[in-house]
Amino acid sequence: MIRYVVRRPGLLIGLTILVVLVIAAVLAPSLAPFPGDAGNDTNLLETLRRPGGLHPMGTDLAGRDVWSRVLFGVRVSVGVSLAVIAAALLVGIPIGLLAGAVGGLVDDLLMRIVDVFLAFPSLLLALAIAATLGPSMEHAAIAIVVSWWPWYARLMRGEAAAISGRAYVEAAHLLGVPAWRVAVRHILPNAIGPVIVQASLDLGGVILTFAALSFLGLGAQDPTPEWGLMVEQGRSLTSTQPWVALFPGAAIMVAALAFTLLGEGLRERLDPKGRARP
Amino acid sequence: MRRILIRRGLQSLLVALGVGLLAFVISRLLPGDPAVSWAGPRATPQELARVRVLLGLDRPLIEQAVRYIGDLISGNWGTSIHTRQPVLSDVAGRFMTSLELVTFALVIAAVVGTPLGILAARWRGRPPDWFAGITSSVLASVPVFWLGLLLQLVIASQLRWLPVAGRWDAALNEAAVEATRTHLVLVDSLLAGNGTLFVSGLAHLVMPALVIAAYPIGLFARLTRAGLLETLGEEHIRMARAIGYTERAIIWRFALRPSMGPVLSALALVFGYALGNTFLVENLFNFQGLGSYAVDSITSLDAPSIAGTTIFVALAYLVANLVVDLVRPVMDPRLREAGR
Repeated sequence: MIRYVVRRPGLLIGLTILVVLVIAAVLAPSLAPFPGDAGNDTNLLETLRRPGGLHPMGTDLAGRDVWSRVLFGVRVSVGVSLAVIAAALLVGIPIGLLAGAVGGLVDDLLMRIVDVFLAFPSLLLALAIAATLGPSMEHAAIAIVVSWWPWYARLMRGEAAAISGRAYVEAAHLLGVPAWRVAVRHILPNAIGPVIVQASLDLGGVILTFAALSFLGLGAQDPTPEWGLMVEQGRSLTSTQPWVALFPGAAIMVAALAFTLLGEGLRERLDPKGRARP
Repeated sequence: MRRILIRRGLQSLLVALGVGLLAFVISRLLPGDPAVSWAGPRATPQELARVRVLLGLDRPLIEQAVRYIGDLISGNWGTSIHTRQPVLSDVAGRFMTSLELVTFALVIAAVVGTPLGILAARWRGRPPDWFAGITSSVLASVPVFWLGLLLQLVIASQLRWLPVAGRWDAALNEAAVEATRTHLVLVDSLLAGNGTLFVSGLAHLVMPALVIAAYPIGLFARLTRAGLLETLGEEHIRMARAIGYTERAIIWRFALRPSMGPVLSALALVFGYALGNTFLVENLFNFQGLGSYAVDSITSLDAPSIAGTTIFVALAYLVANLVVDLVRPVMDPRLREAGR
């Protein structure tokens, strides 16, 4: 396993970044020089300082230390994307399992519903829902869940349908095991692998989508130290004080890159063909 | 072939119906009273009641849904609250503007991404392959709105190679308005024979298109590489090698075309991705397309426009998927017999 990782520089870099991110998230309160700046603190005497000295990434319009806010941002971005993926799995897996294990009319109906959700480009659907619910972090997260679960439902359905044709599943049915028990005990454990792998690949995509919603004002709200929101706050200052927007944006890229590299390393092992992000 | 066509067509119609229904559900979730946002905050209760009847809000939900979809089919998409124009004509016009941007972006993606993938497959496991792999990972991870800011800062503000924002130079405004026929600057300027406008429009397209092309470049490179590697392992390629064709001739003459299937089928997905990303990019570049229209609608809580934009993009995406499904068997004879 270790040799497998070391021989793939992409996977190694991805893992390293991820470890650093986890450490940053856990130790943010002691690593950040101004932990209060990630909360309600403002310091109007220190606005828009250049990077250097006390403020390695400078300060923003409210005089807050950008480096401290970027550090605390790890918690927000990684936390939200883990929660979103978990919720999307919780919705998608049962629906996909039901469709794949039962088949027939139920399968048709559920998959047509999935088709309708997948008929929207995922960013667009998330945007429309977030806009409809009103701007907040929870609403943005719900919006992303609503636009992502169909991918897992479809994937799960395919796996479950393939497995429900196997001899051991038929044997279980013939032995009189209740259908739900066959689905949960025999089909689910054998079908879930690819779904979990895909979900781990999607973490980077969720980070990007959540940051995008926040950038449009539909996600996290000030003073939450969310990277997309921070880029938005620095947007009008880009030509004069570029550090306000550039550092948080770079953080988004680094975090998303970690998951992308990790996912690509895993996928290479499981499926040599590339699969597109939804 | 004809049966597949009919089946896919019917399936798409069903999905389109579902899209309308889902849009209705989403628009009814909207916090705040549509009647209030229509009549304005200072409307009297009598006026509100009148607007409610006018908009059909006093009817049962099912009836509203049926009417909503009926209206969608007959082209009555409501009136935008922030422009006070019919939503459908607003959205259709803006869509053309975005279509030009998206098409340009996809052309860039294909022209850059495909050769990158070929390079990676040709030198598998060697530095060109690493380079292509790293590039595509980075491009898949970069937030588009941030990349846009970065390009504006470096290429426009610092180097002054390209204009920062807009669709053409402000000095050309009059000529541009006169030439507007298709909402496509490049086409309009050519039709009007206005070379200056064409060049200006092209210069203004490059940066936003590059930003939108970022992820597709990486995706095309990855898919081309994977497809080529699979084809290169096949019997007819071994045959060609045995005959003594050079590696370059093998790739270009025999391997490339059968390898492009995955790229072609990803086209619709990428088209949808690119359309969705105009929402993030257009505002940044002050580009008056569908994306900036949608963002304006969101800020003004304009429910009919948000719903209209969403439905329109979903339908465009549906058509793109259908076209790709129909074109694939034309490009790849192996798919014709498989009955897909």
